Amino acid sequence: MNSQWFTDFWRYRELLYFLAWRDVKVRYKQAALGASWAVIQPLLTMVIFTLFFGRLARVPSDGIPYPLFSFCALVPWTYFSSTLSQAGNSLVGNSSLITKVYFPRALLPAASVLSGLVDFLMGAVFLALMMIYYHVKPGWSFFLVPFFLGGMILLAFSVSMILAAMNVRYRDVKYALPFLIQIWLFVTPIIYPIAFLTPKMKRFLAFNPMAGFLEGFRSSLFNTGHMDWRLVGTSVIITIFLLITGATYFRRTERSFADIV
Amino acid sequence: MSQAISVEKVSKKFVLGALQRDTMLRERLISMLRAPFRGRSASPNVLWALRDVSFRVDAGEVVGIIGRNGAGKSTLLKVLSNITYPTSGEVHVSGRVASLLEVGTGFHEELTGRENIYLNGSILGMKHGEVAAKLDSIVEFAGVAQFLDTPIKRYSTGMRLRLGFAVAAHLDPDLLIVDEVLAVGDAGFQRKCLNAMDGLRSGGRTVLFVSHNMAAVENLCSRCIWIDAGHVVKDGAPREVIEAYMNTFANARDGMADLRSAKDRRGSGEIRYTGVEYLTTSSEPLQVVRSGDAFVIRFHYHANSPIAFPSFGFRLYTEFGTLVTDTSTWHHAIDIPLVPPGDGYIDLQIDFLNLLPAHYYFSLWITGAASPVHDNIEHCAQLEVALANVYSSGRMLDSRSGIVFFPQRWKVSEPVLAGASAKIEEA
Repeated sequence: MNSQWFTDFWRYRELLYFLAWRDVKVRYKQAALGASWAVIQPLLTMVIFTLFFGRLARVPSDGIPYPLFSFCALVPWTYFSSTLSQAGNSLVGNSSLITKVYFPRALLPAASVLSGLVDFLMGAVFLALMMIYYHVKPGWSFFLVPFFLGGMILLAFSVSMILAAMNVRYRDVKYALPFLIQIWLFVTPIIYPIAFLTPKMKRFLAFNPMAGFLEGFRSSLFNTGHMDWRLVGTSVIITIFLLITGATYFRRTERSFADIV
Repeated sequence: MSQAISVEKVSKKFVLGALQRDTMLRERLISMLRAPFRGRSASPNVLWALRDVSFRVDAGEVVGIIGRNGAGKSTLLKVLSNITYPTSGEVHVSGRVASLLEVGTGFHEELTGRENIYLNGSILGMKHGEVAAKLDSIVEFAGVAQFLDTPIKRYSTGMRLRLGFAVAAHLDPDLLIVDEVLAVGDAGFQRKCLNAMDGLRSGGRTVLFVSHNMAAVENLCSRCIWIDAGHVVKDGAPREVIEAYMNTFANARDGMADLRSAKDRRGSGEIRYTGVEYLTTSSEPLQVVRSGDAFVIRFHYHANSPIAFPSFGFRLYTEFGTLVTDTSTWHHAIDIPLVPPGDGYIDLQIDFLNLLPAHYYFSLWITGAASPVHDNIEHCAQLEVALANVYSSGRMLDSRSGIVFFPQRWKVSEPVLAGASAKIEEA
């Protein structure tokens, strides 16, 4: 990897903005319910989770009302999962651009990562309303929230680069992707708090960087008082590793994109 | 003069077949499990789209690139535009580059005309402020002011093309790379494109463009490069290069042009042209065709199976690619119920050839009743109209006098003639 790659990326930042803007515009223009999808999706998932896991299975929720507990994790999770599926197809879906114009190819997965934030923001507004409804006040640790969100965005970008580049080369990545996301959901503390797990399972879960970011996000938002810094640290290290791996893999394969996409 | 492009021994290899086999991760994993220590087997199917191509272009040159389909022209443009990378060799391009390999790249159906102008401009490398400043001019050029806030899925093909080209025409690059945009659109659109490119040229910009329109290459370019099978065949003054290129299409000048081994052929192949022959009206072989002649063009064909209701036709082009005429049995509403399998021919009798002396080229086609094209060969046979005493004036005319002539008489009014004879008498 050389500095040219990064300077090019910076030089084309305006195009990054335009590609993200196009994604957002098109998404809302085509959908009958428009922007409300951003809220409906995590909301319905929350209702189902509350019924099955909160009421029937009586999964503990750190002393927070279960709907709020699950919704708080579902908003960032929805962002993460929809970004992966969007970004995974971003290169193949824009093959006409790739074969006709030069620009840093990493802009395409990056644009998916960026455009998803609009949906995330709307979900976050709804989350704030729910906190008011349940009279849950954020504590002093609220200022840590951006750190966890930043970590999650970086993670989304790293994984997106790998998936998007692999999808160009191997077209069945597209079929494996929904499956991957589904499994990822269950190994992330969304339905349950991480304290719910046995120490052995916890150690296993630490390999999932989303676990540290989501658990940290929830802990800092609700100020539950038990922040697992070792888990968070592991997530950060794994994310940095994935970012370097992803960028290297992407950089190595991108020269052939136009020939095989 | 500074150098705009330098291409040094560039080659580009495509591996055919290997791609299809390895596009599934599943299969790749399986093959790795089966034979973990064997590398990917080498594919014998290798295509060299470019092979040792070298040339330099100075700033301010307008270079046309010509060649058959699949010769490597588009690959060359893509390599120069940084879209694809050469397998070996070096490419250096200086200055702000704009590549127009397609009109309206990145247009999105759901977005409005205005939104697409910004998006397309940004994709082509314009800054937001730049597009905003040129918006009015772009809209005017495209002539879509009324529909600026309509999604372009409601646009006609023509409007879309105009919009795409309007954005591109406002790029203001140091080097413009254009691929065959002239092939699309109506005559008005094409003229607009050519004018815009001419504007760039007079502004001292470097232009590199691929075209099958030989007249455009001849008129616009200061230099022409002919590429075939990935090699530069000829590089020089447009007129010479075009002539050399066009000559390869018709190697049989006299007697019968054999088309059985013609390249660049499309269609089902159920029935194929096999040759073109020129005959006198009494069916003797014709050696020389002259302007004003009556003669017969005999098109030989071979059918593999019975062909119902075929239409036989051809287009005739000048050597610079201008279409002279397009005619067929269909144009004359001639129904041919069935062509039996085997060899046969169809004659076109011309009573008076009103073409001026030059080289002309045939593109031949046969279509079926329901099924589409049976045979289609571009620029396959040559019609050489020899230097002739066209107006029976003793003055020999050639291609510099145009393409066609028609029976005509000049009348000089009596007073002028009378005045002239008076002058002569005075002297």
